[in-house]
Amino acid sequence: MSILTVENLRIAFGGVIAIDGVSFSVRRNEIFALIGPNGAGKTTLFNMISGLYVPQSGRIVLDGEDVTNFTPQELARRGMSRTFQNLQVFFRMSAAENVMVGRHLHENRNVFAHLLALPSVHAQNRTTRARAEELLALVGLEGVADRAASSLPYGALKRLEIARALATEPKILLLDEPAAGCNPVETEEIDAVIKTIAAQGVTVVLVEHDMRLVMRISNRIHVLDRGRTLAEGGAAEVRSNPAVVTAYLGGLGEQEAARARD
Amino acid sequence: MRRCLNSPFLLILALGAVVALLPLILPSNFYVRVVAIVYINALAVLGLNLLMGFAGQVSLGHAGFFGIGAYAVALGPVYLGLPGWASLIGGTALSGLLAFVVGRPILRLSGYYLAIATLGMGVLISMVVSNEANITGGPNGMEVPRLVLFGSRITGSLTWYWISGITLVIGALIVVNLIESPTGRAFRAIHDSEIAARVLGVDVARYKLLAFVLSAVFTSIAGSYLVLLDGFVTPNTTSFLLSIELVVMAVLGGLGSILGSIVGAAILVILPQFLTVFHDYEHAVLGAIIIVFLIFLPSGIVPALASLIRRGPA
Repeated sequence: MSILTVENLRIAFGGVIAIDGVSFSVRRNEIFALIGPNGAGKTTLFNMISGLYVPQSGRIVLDGEDVTNFTPQELARRGMSRTFQNLQVFFRMSAAENVMVGRHLHENRNVFAHLLALPSVHAQNRTTRARAEELLALVGLEGVADRAASSLPYGALKRLEIARALATEPKILLLDEPAAGCNPVETEEIDAVIKTIAAQGVTVVLVEHDMRLVMRISNRIHVLDRGRTLAEGGAAEVRSNPAVVTAYLGGLGEQEAARARD
Repeated sequence: MRRCLNSPFLLILALGAVVALLPLILPSNFYVRVVAIVYINALAVLGLNLLMGFAGQVSLGHAGFFGIGAYAVALGPVYLGLPGWASLIGGTALSGLLAFVVGRPILRLSGYYLAIATLGMGVLISMVVSNEANITGGPNGMEVPRLVLFGSRITGSLTWYWISGITLVIGALIVVNLIESPTGRAFRAIHDSEIAARVLGVDVARYKLLAFVLSAVFTSIAGSYLVLLDGFVTPNTTSFLLSIELVVMAVLGGLGSILGSIVGAAILVILPQFLTVFHDYEHAVLGAIIIVFLIFLPSGIVPALASLIRRGPA
């Protein structure tokens, strides 16, 4: 029952092997977390899965179809969407318009109809707008639909990206550090949003630094360190895994030791 | 005022009213002609704004398309025996086709690289026109046969005022329609974040190309109109300087602003008429004025004024 399988993914930038033989399988309807210390390759892995980077070897299978080397557009058509760690919001557009772009694949894209503003285009704009407002409400952004995205606070933009990704009606949603830079209250809000999304039948894969968030909401956790798989399992398993503890704490210990010598 | 600047359809209505009523107060044929030239330039800038202001792709070679439109109406009747209107349509199609063919490879570039590539395209077209002197008259230019529609020769500033004014209103309406559609949202999304647009399923290459082709079509029609009004065409219609002027009009008026396209064109066409008192320093003064405008209204005249009105006690 896996919706996403990656097998032996590998990518190198120059001499640095960023991802080295990582494999995992995400089950339908679960919340699957990728964690690891800074530089472990989490975002790189996300970029490969979502088609922004081309893997040097390995395979990505989405819902039974081999989608290795697919472009992000092709993946979007097949039900994959994502958010970004460093925001990729459409800042010159309103909050509602940001989400409306997410409806692109579900809209009639006949340019001639658009040039002439046929009545069907107006009708479609209204449906798209209504759906965008629903999604904004879902992520707790009701009332800001017509505000410029550039005027929204950071935490709201994080949720705006989630609403926008959901607008594509994904089967699987990749969230890249949804709580990064958020205060504890905002983190809890995002926590609730992710649970709601999962409850609606969307599989969620997330990269996250906030350990408490990860432990609280994930069904399974996959730990990366320096581009390799370190461990995989439930929250309790991962927490008590000695390799994981060393990767997080030991790494820091080494850095401290290095500074001490100076 | 506030609603007027915000609602695109009221803007079209207002524009239509201005076009319809302006001839009543213009004191002489000279002014009618100047305003017609404003409309023609505004049409080109509107197209360029679609590409630069909305889709966020720079072009420093749009005079190439302007020139294709211009030379099409000059060469079509003389060498192919085509009627003027057919030459105009042919030139527009040729510009669109060229934009389609050239756009595919060069729109993969972005920023400075795209600027240089489009510049190269413009210069290339300009050189063809200048060097094929036995066909185009080279630097001396050539006469453009008067447009004949329904058996009557189209001459006179006022006639061209109406043709260019109506075309501008239609052009603005088309841009408004587009911007308020999925295509327009795709353009604006690409402007802000190509990566996010791609991830949401927007075919970025296709929409960039579409913006490029549409802007080429607008600019080409403007080129045809201008030389039909003048009755003469020179390589100036394809010059690099004209490409820059179009970009200045778009930026000065306000990128991504429909009204801004018209205001920008108006300023750059009308201001030099007043600056002739400075004789040799005319262009220097014009340059200084543009710099001052951009320092104090960096987002362009219309967007800056619009945000002032929004902030003020409206």
